[in-house]
Amino acid sequence: MEKRELVILGAGPAGLSAAIYGRRAGLDTLIIEKIAPGGQIRNTDEIENMPGVIHASGLELAEGFRRHAEHFQAEFRSAEVKALKVHEGRKIVVTTAGEIEAGAVIIATGAYFKKLGCPGEEEFIGAGVSYCAVCDASFFVDETVAVVGGGNTAVEEALYLTRFAKKVYIIHRRDKFRAERVACERAAKCEKLAPVWDSVVEAIEGDGLVERVRVKNVRTGEVSALEVAGVFVFVGTAPHNEYLNGLVAEKPGGWIVTGPHMDTSVPGIFAAGDVRDSPLRQVVTAAADGAVAAMSAYHYIDSRGQALEMERK
Amino acid sequence: MLVIDKDNYEQEVLRSEMPVVVDFWGPQCAPCLALMPEVEKLAGEYAGRIKFGKLNSAENRRFCMSLKIMGLPTFLFVKGGEIQARLSGGEVSLDSLRAAADKLLAGN
Repeated sequence: MEKRELVILGAGPAGLSAAIYGRRAGLDTLIIEKIAPGGQIRNTDEIENMPGVIHASGLELAEGFRRHAEHFQAEFRSAEVKALKVHEGRKIVVTTAGEIEAGAVIIATGAYFKKLGCPGEEEFIGAGVSYCAVCDASFFVDETVAVVGGGNTAVEEALYLTRFAKKVYIIHRRDKFRAERVACERAAKCEKLAPVWDSVVEAIEGDGLVERVRVKNVRTGEVSALEVAGVFVFVGTAPHNEYLNGLVAEKPGGWIVTGPHMDTSVPGIFAAGDVRDSPLRQVVTAAADGAVAAMSAYHYIDSRGQALEMERK
Repeated sequence: MLVIDKDNYEQEVLRSEMPVVVDFWGPQCAPCLALMPEVEKLAGEYAGRIKFGKLNSAENRRFCMSLKIMGLPTFLFVKGGEIQARLSGGEVSLDSLRAAADKLLAGN
């Protein structure tokens, strides 16, 4: 079986940062990615809160992270991780491109946008229902669309959509947004944005393409229909942890529990970025996590090496 | 990969003797761009059995909408002028593309 010192699962900001720190610490570093390096920021139009980068597109920043990891000769592999197992203390990563035994593993598989779970949502994916404004906004020039959610992502993506659509509803179950103040102030000033407070989506309807959403006011119980051509769903995220099968301790929702060294409940397995239980999920926090996790992995591998040497003596 | 647009769609896709997979992409769609090299590899793997084409939605927006496509990435699997399967957004992965391509062939 292939043996590597450090195997990193996922090539978003957390995984790529871990790769940079891992390589600079002299570890043989393999980074496994299912789609393409960059992670969720690839789907973001603008990043304005990464210190040192006043403004960049998500794609530019993602490419910068990738080039940086490549510069220090981290090895990239395109494969999907199917399982992570511990067998007699050996850590085995099972991928679509074979099995690898790792000295240490960093879980950095990130998170994905949750679905609403209402009737019509699945049916209209690719036909008006979207989880990526940058990907799909151009289909909605001069159309009316709805964004569902009230956090940072929902408000920022709604603002982005106003550059294309003639009107953007934001359907939110509370009576104010949870987004950063800068985003909320921009939203309040934007004439094309129309918040629909205290409301949830009951159904998405249409004939082949989305034509309307049925919205219920949670205070009055009143149900109404909004005519829209698109529905963009940003109602929070969930961790990519399905391949772990409960191997490491998780919080409700599946977020991985970590200590201050990004250590999980299993020795030699670390977690970084959006996949772990943390109060803030940003590029800067993911990158910081990756750095800590890589150094912890280095110390773990180093101490095990010394222990083995002592045994031999 | 063959470039498909609204003008050659009927000839190259609907009237094709061979089954066809059409990759609907756009220059702003990062997942589409990330996937493209892998789709090129698949096209090589299935050469002679399935025709792979790519359609730039940014240059064919109305046409996409006429096909009920308003989201990327979307893949259509076509045989004998009929759309047999469609994958969109998060459903799209190398595994799901391969499975749908194999199913398209198995129907022969």
